[in-house]
Amino acid sequence: MDTNSYLDMELLRFSTAGSVDDGKSTLIGRLLYDSKSIFADQYEAIEESSRRKGDENVNLALLTDGLRAEREQGITIDVAYRYFATPKRKFIIADTPGHIQYTRNMVTGSSTSNLSIILVDARHGVVEQTSRHTFISSLLGIPHVVFCINKMDLVDYSEEVFEKIKKDLEAFSSKLNVKDIHFVPLSALKGDNVVNKSENMDWYQGSTLMYLLENIHIGSDYNHIDCRFPVQNVIRPQSDKYHDYRGYAGRIAGGVFKPGDDVMVLPSGFTSKIKSIDTMSGSVEEAFAPMSVALTLEDDIDISRGDMIVRENNKSEVNQDIDLMVCWLNEKAIVPNGKYAVKHTSNDVRCIVKEVKYKVNINTLHRIEDDKSVKMNEIARISIRTTKPLMYDKYSRNRTTGSLILIDEATNETVGAGMIIE
Amino acid sequence: MKSYNLTHLQELEAEAIYVLREVAAQFENPALLFSGGKDSIIVAHMARKAFWPGKIPFPLVHVDTGHNFPETIKFRDEYVERIGATLIVGSVQKSIDEGKVVEEKGFSASRNALQTVTLLDTIEENKFDCAMGGARRDEEKARAKERFFSHRDEFGQWDPKNQRPELWNIFNGRKQMGEHFRVFPISNWTEMDVWQYILQENIEIPSIYLAHERNVFVRDGVIMSTTHFIEQRETEPTVKMKVRFRTIGDATCTGAVESDADSVEKIIEEVAAARTTERGTRSDDKRSEAAMEDRKKQGYF
Repeated sequence: MDTNSYLDMELLRFSTAGSVDDGKSTLIGRLLYDSKSIFADQYEAIEESSRRKGDENVNLALLTDGLRAEREQGITIDVAYRYFATPKRKFIIADTPGHIQYTRNMVTGSSTSNLSIILVDARHGVVEQTSRHTFISSLLGIPHVVFCINKMDLVDYSEEVFEKIKKDLEAFSSKLNVKDIHFVPLSALKGDNVVNKSENMDWYQGSTLMYLLENIHIGSDYNHIDCRFPVQNVIRPQSDKYHDYRGYAGRIAGGVFKPGDDVMVLPSGFTSKIKSIDTMSGSVEEAFAPMSVALTLEDDIDISRGDMIVRENNKSEVNQDIDLMVCWLNEKAIVPNGKYAVKHTSNDVRCIVKEVKYKVNINTLHRIEDDKSVKMNEIARISIRTTKPLMYDKYSRNRTTGSLILIDEATNETVGAGMIIE
Repeated sequence: MKSYNLTHLQELEAEAIYVLREVAAQFENPALLFSGGKDSIIVAHMARKAFWPGKIPFPLVHVDTGHNFPETIKFRDEYVERIGATLIVGSVQKSIDEGKVVEEKGFSASRNALQTVTLLDTIEENKFDCAMGGARRDEEKARAKERFFSHRDEFGQWDPKNQRPELWNIFNGRKQMGEHFRVFPISNWTEMDVWQYILQENIEIPSIYLAHERNVFVRDGVIMSTTHFIEQRETEPTVKMKVRFRTIGDATCTGAVESDADSVEKIIEEVAAARTTERGTRSDDKRSEAAMEDRKKQGYF
């Protein structure tokens, strides 16, 4: 790839989750190998290792097999990040293991992903684990979901098998909130439809997995409608040249900001106009998520970290009583009426858990209303009351202003991941 | 409809600036570890951007083994002067003189391992509650799971079994007295991203990153710079080669690669080519040495 094309690449973050046997490691290995992201000698090493074990095919899973070693060494198995690039895009894979602390890890890995790869074994169709994957992808608001119907080679590359699974998945997904769904029949082991189009499935007219990863439209994944600017820091240079400069630093969480825009500062409600949007390379004419910039305003008003700048005619919610879905991350279960520290955008507050409304059985999606003890890896709908109002949106509307974490005030550990419902 | 897309470098930069600003907001006395290497240079560059037109609101800290390439120290001092930052130097020599660590002896003596003690002492002496560094997750297997905000106990130790989950871009920097954090703003960058960013931003780097004629010797297949810090064996004669350094740590353990890449563009081509030509029949050009190191670094794939 030449220098200039590399500078024009986009970034796609995707997550993969699965258990040891569903071919996830093989699929990642195949993506890396067929996209020429690994070296010949690495390949030779796993070829040799496969031969020693008597495997018929080269075991591409060995390329990503850090996790087995970790298990033996007793290190926590959790999200591992891997990187590769093609001439079109740079990819960040959040690779989460299947069995242990499954939900917690997948929620963590999914929280920053644009796309989720869900593996389905063609021989077994939709199983409990498929439902879990899909539910968590939907809960975390991942905009694109790609179902990879894997091991097609073991069902004679049958169109009927693929269509049946696809129909089941469509039926299940219709109950969930997933915006963009794709289905790819493939064999990670043999390489069908991963990077190269399969010669064994003429009936499939769709894209290969790699084509989807390289071309799925991710420009609209951020909310470019509701202007949201959580203030991180106030920049006040102590220099003669910038004596009166007061810049509000932050990362845009939604909408498009332009100089001249009428804005309102929450929670105070003061209004002003954007004077300039500054970066070290100069002022810019507009700024949108997820850019990090500094805003200056026409009027000198009191703004500090934790405040949010919005448009006057499109305010976020400002409220102390909040309902959210929470994924519990800690061995110590949620304490009814317990108090926790909260981090939300650039805001630090405290809260009390007022009510656990119900838990969700993530395999059946049924509500559990008779057992309200929320333990690690469980997902529940709860109500909290915060010490100060939070400026937020529904998570389904904005993943940045709609998310928060709960922190145990005694240990400082992050114990809950919250997605705001209302 | 207008498309609101950032390039991957813009997005990585926005993420790193966000992290740097979180550090300034969440910690009372943070510091940026600055070795004069390319990774810490781009972090410093983005720290300038994050707080512009103000100055970087934390000092740069160099843990100095005393075994540096003179080019690096020259660069470091000029850079700090130019951006108006404060520099604090933690000296391994001082740790040795105070008897806190014992210097290794022999042909392969290196002060690399001694740096940890000096680093922790420097953190303690200056009461830093957060030390930022330019480490990347693609560097090695263990780093692939490192957090942006990495908690250290009162002994400065990392407990990989007890890491805080890190969700969205919400970073939890809460800690008890005496504990501190390590923060890695460029966790999601690869070596290629770093070079492309240096090119895009036209960032100055120490001259030894670019190919130059140098007196070197070969030890165990690694090209080492001749320096009075290293004792050469009789079987290790000094030769002149055209080389560059891919990383510039302690001179006693940093190898060079043979290279003609005397510009950032050529380095990028070299990094890219090392990855592609390696896959076909082994290309026997001068880039294979570079690839060799790359493979070691990326062993987990």
